[in-house]
Amino acid sequence: MSSRSNGWRATCSALIGILLLSACERENRRFQENPPTATPTSTALIVSDLQPGPGMVIPKVEAPYDDNAWAVSEGKSLFNSMNCSGCHFQGGGGIGPPLMDEEWIYGYEPQQIFASIADGRPNGMPAWKYSLSTQQIWELVSYVRSLSGLNPKGARSGRDDHMMRKTPEASTPNAVPKMSSTPPEDSA
Amino acid sequence: MRRGTWLLLFAIGCAGSQSVLDPAGPPNRSLNHLFWAMLIVASVIWIAVVVAAFWAALSRRRITREDLEPIITVPNEEHRRHTGIVTGLVGATIVILLLFLVYDFTVGRALAERPSRTLTIEIIGHQWWWEVHYVDPDPSKIVVDANELHIPAGEPVQVKLSSRDVIHSFWVPNLIGKRDLIPGYTSSLFLNADRAGVYRAQCAEFCGTEHAKMALPVVVHSRNDFAAWLSEARAPAAVPNDSSARDGRQVFLAGPCSSCHAITGEPAYGTVGPNLTHLASRKTLGAGTLPNTRGNLGGWVVDPQSIKPGVRMPSNQLAAKDLRNLLDYLQTLK
Repeated sequence: MSSRSNGWRATCSALIGILLLSACERENRRFQENPPTATPTSTALIVSDLQPGPGMVIPKVEAPYDDNAWAVSEGKSLFNSMNCSGCHFQGGGGIGPPLMDEEWIYGYEPQQIFASIADGRPNGMPAWKYSLSTQQIWELVSYVRSLSGLNPKGARSGRDDHMMRKTPEASTPNAVPKMSSTPPEDSA
Repeated sequence: MRRGTWLLLFAIGCAGSQSVLDPAGPPNRSLNHLFWAMLIVASVIWIAVVVAAFWAALSRRRITREDLEPIITVPNEEHRRHTGIVTGLVGATIVILLLFLVYDFTVGRALAERPSRTLTIEIIGHQWWWEVHYVDPDPSKIVVDANELHIPAGEPVQVKLSSRDVIHSFWVPNLIGKRDLIPGYTSSLFLNADRAGVYRAQCAEFCGTEHAKMALPVVVHSRNDFAAWLSEARAPAAVPNDSSARDGRQVFLAGPCSSCHAITGEPAYGTVGPNLTHLASRKTLGAGTLPNTRGNLGGWVVDPQSIKPGVRMPSNQLAAKDLRNLLDYLQTLK
């Protein structure tokens, strides 16, 4: 009996320890970092379901900041200060495609979003790799993923810096991502 | 002689470019007079009370027959004397407090007075730097600067304060303060300096990781110097003649710098970071963090995160030649 409760205790403390460790990562502020770029971007990525030959395998790249709440909030502030919101609005889309729904034109994997931000996309999305550091682009990637609930819930932002116009990311239901079948429209 | 030295030491402790006790303008001077008057009077009273308390505790009192009588008695000579002393002291306290009240009220009224026509400067707080606009009815004469405040001496200046992100607080200890910078709200403050010099303002409301490194040198010019400074500051940046500086300009405009920083007269319009039109003439870098030297500037451009961890400016990887050219260019931005 007592050995059984000892086992319980050990398991519980181990679980709490793991929880505590994960909580550390959530708030870890990594100021000085040069995370790897998701290159070579243009060659390895599938951005359409039309491919010559057999289907390509997308190399999986982990987003370095998906579980880091601080980095996601930095991405959120960049999203406004770099005027992403000028076209994508607060995720609902307008001039640019919406980012908070389940439809993805150029892919929802971290490295695909990285490539979309870094290299730009047709019909108006500029290439940001000349103006943003790799770390900043990764922060944006994680924020964009948090808009439709693709990163861990605990790292998503629960509030806005301005008046709340929509449900905070932390309370948005997770969307099941799928590739858009419609080709991107010509903005003209 | 020795007493004189001590007093001198105290006086040195009070002087400085970031000291409430070293006033550089009439409002702070009148506040200082009030402060010293209250301090001196209160100290004298406090010492008298302490001495009286010790005297009362230590002096022996003879017990007389009268003391053994019932407590309620017809007041005799001694009782009457005591009542007189207590009444006198209570009266004196009331008079002193009333005098302070009147003095305090007049100083407060004088400070709250709104000067008729003044120069207006807008200060916008950011994490963790100050944006400064010299307002003018003619839009071409508006000067946008950052992390340094220039004001004329002997003239009230209205400072309008607001914030872009969190609550900051504007405090120039030598002149006046504090007034909070609140997002979505504009507050106002009058600066009135009469002594030229450089004073240090400091954010006085905790605003995040780098709150301590959010300072603002306040340069008080004589009236003529200020007019000259303002007309110089209105001039846009010119394309440099030097070839390395010209290459540096290209690095600035094509690289990441121009997406956050603006230079008046150049196709760089970023408003996320400080305006750099007059970077080279500033005294400090990073909002009062480092003296503005070429070496510090290079270190700041390459790795601001090790100087001011958490600052919104990312570390930049630049080729050595590009960095040299960029520094050449930045140093032409007088």
